[in-house]
Amino acid sequence: SLRLAAPVWNWGTGSIRGLSRAVDPEGIQRKGRTLFQFLADRFYDVAAVREYLLRKQVLKVHQKNRSFTYIKERYGPNLFDPQLPGYPANPVFLSRFQDKEWMRSSGRGLSFLEFWEFRAVPIEAVDASGCAINYQGLDHLLALKELQSLSLRCCPHVDDWCLSRLHQLADSLQELSLAGCPRISERGLACLHHLWNLRRLDISHLPAVSNPGLTQILVEEMLPNCEVLGAGWAQGLKLGLEEQSQDTASSPIPA
Amino acid sequence: MHVGLTVVTDIQDKIPLREWDGKVSEIKKKIQSVIPGGAWNPLYDTSHLPPEHSDVVIVGGGVLGLSVAYWLKRLEKQRGAIKVLVVERDHTYSQASTVLSVGGIRQQFSLPENIQLSLFSVEFLRNINEYLAVVDDPPLDLQFNPSGYLFLASEKGAATMENNVKVQRWAPGVAPRCCPAARTQRFGEPGRQLRRQAVLSGSSVWLENEGWFDPWSLLQGLRRKVQSMGVLFCQGEVTRASVVPCFVSSSDRMETPSGEEVILKKIHEVHVKVDHSQEYQPVECAIVVNTAGAWSGQIAELAGIGKGPPGTLQGTKLPVEPRKRYVYLWHCPQGPGLEAPLLADPSGAYFRRDGLGNNYLGGCSPTAEEEPDPGNLEVDHDFFQDKVWPLLAQRVPAFETLKVKSAWAGYYDYNTFDQNGVVGPHPLVVNMYFATGFSGHGLQQAPAVGRAVAEMVLEGHFQTIDLSPFLFSRFYLGEKAQEHCII
Repeated sequence: SLRLAAPVWNWGTGSIRGLSRAVDPEGIQRKGRTLFQFLADRFYDVAAVREYLLRKQVLKVHQKNRSFTYIKERYGPNLFDPQLPGYPANPVFLSRFQDKEWMRSSGRGLSFLEFWEFRAVPIEAVDASGCAINYQGLDHLLALKELQSLSLRCCPHVDDWCLSRLHQLADSLQELSLAGCPRISERGLACLHHLWNLRRLDISHLPAVSNPGLTQILVEEMLPNCEVLGAGWAQGLKLGLEEQSQDTASSPIPA
Repeated sequence: MHVGLTVVTDIQDKIPLREWDGKVSEIKKKIQSVIPGGAWNPLYDTSHLPPEHSDVVIVGGGVLGLSVAYWLKRLEKQRGAIKVLVVERDHTYSQASTVLSVGGIRQQFSLPENIQLSLFSVEFLRNINEYLAVVDDPPLDLQFNPSGYLFLASEKGAATMENNVKVQRWAPGVAPRCCPAARTQRFGEPGRQLRRQAVLSGSSVWLENEGWFDPWSLLQGLRRKVQSMGVLFCQGEVTRASVVPCFVSSSDRMETPSGEEVILKKIHEVHVKVDHSQEYQPVECAIVVNTAGAWSGQIAELAGIGKGPPGTLQGTKLPVEPRKRYVYLWHCPQGPGLEAPLLADPSGAYFRRDGLGNNYLGGCSPTAEEEPDPGNLEVDHDFFQDKVWPLLAQRVPAFETLKVKSAWAGYYDYNTFDQNGVVGPHPLVVNMYFATGFSGHGLQQAPAVGRAVAEMVLEGHFQTIDLSPFLFSRFYLGEKAQEHCII
């Protein structure tokens, strides 16, 4: 069986101006606006150009996530070709061969022919960390019916809607990592209850979750057989412990 | 301009320095009104009034009205081709159905058109930051909970539910699941908490594309985008619509089967009265879109719809009236967990989770005899004690101990004919278009209905989703488009 993983360097999450705003809303209040923004506030034509540029960036992400149904129908879902477009983001994956090695695919690494040999081998694990995969791009992953481990760490476009699609992998998925995804909130985590085979779930460092400690408790209740790695339920209690230690220091209880 | 400058130099000598700034700003305003492009009105200020001409006037600025405005501006052939004015009586939206709604969206309907409308609306909500992106503004967060709807069926309703599921299966996307009672228990924590009863014979649930969201953020997002596209807003009330006969050439004369001549009419102008004053502005318009929600019936009467002998097309009124519905918020520490869907009981009660703190929102549709008076939005707490709580506790044993934290009431724009929306033009008053009467599922179909009305206005026929079963003429012909899956 094969395992796929993304490389250490992330090209997919580069500084896309419009989309990085989605990740970091405070950045909008930057002082020192550019000349372009100044003109766009005053002239319709310049505003139209700005809108066009914003739309182009969004289209770029869609372009990377589009699916090629012909190839999927003809050769099956296990054929991941790095040089074919229509592949999630800059999808440099690692995958393992029969002796369970991780296989990396890149523009200069393995060629199409080497993947071709393994098109019939079911893919067992995918590491798509940092890829610009979105709701459409998940089509590629959801077709893998024997996927056991999926890592979507730090994917900037994976949000609650994407999590609601993961129920299609419920029969095989045992390990899921969502750490560091900026758009996932506790509402998306609620629909992970379909994954009854899940044994390990990583939900640490999710900035959009309003109360990480409480969310972890609720998710642990929801998935009783699963080990949930999160911020830790004691996170909310830290302040209380510090205050307590200060109290004992200031007014020592006589023994 | 020259006159203004000399006035300035004269005044400078006579007025002390601290009053100088106020005078300067007044003079600047006067100069700006003279410059071309400013509103030239030397006698009095009319900036609070709507313009005198507008191509489309949308009556009602709720989610449906804003959706129609958005799609009109998006589908127009040339940038700035259509002037749209949205007239909304209350800018705080204190009584609007949109913001008082529970905010659910589902595809579990019995009519294929309703399913298609909801599917497109869900796709719109999913990609809302592409549809409603405004440069330099933060992205919208709808706070969508993809937890889904769980409809339960009693023995009587089981056959209807299976039929509905068959209709829903053809729709692209995930097929719904219709589970027998035994398997419903396995549907997570709420399933385990359901009391197994003989009356429960099955349930249906969609695994994707259903849930609930925050209607206020959708409304604000639409408002922001629509303003950036150049739609004008006016706070006022439409008090009159003057209707004139259409110009009809000799070859176009129409007659009823009994030989009477049918005269087509159109609305020539509407009078928009400003809030808290007797001032009104006659706005000449080409098209009027009625999206006034619970008050659509009154707006239709202004255009003369329904004034005629009963039984004729002239005498067919718009059967939309306001119905009051209560929503209660309660806290239950042992209630269903994070994965609880929006549960709809066959008795009419429904509830959903709200937030992380074991709070639940819910209510129940009253029977015809229990209909509350829609004159005001006062909440009847006894209704919860007597009707809603027993039904909830019967279905979910954990709800036997709960504490009501707050409650509110809102209006349904209830279509008394068949509880489905009215979309499209009126056959006689040819330039009045309707997008109202959705009886509780208007919010979830708003993006798709807005697009349908915009297509009808711009092209003359429905292009993407065919909503001919929802035209006005069905009230006269008596063809009900009955929806069986209503909460």
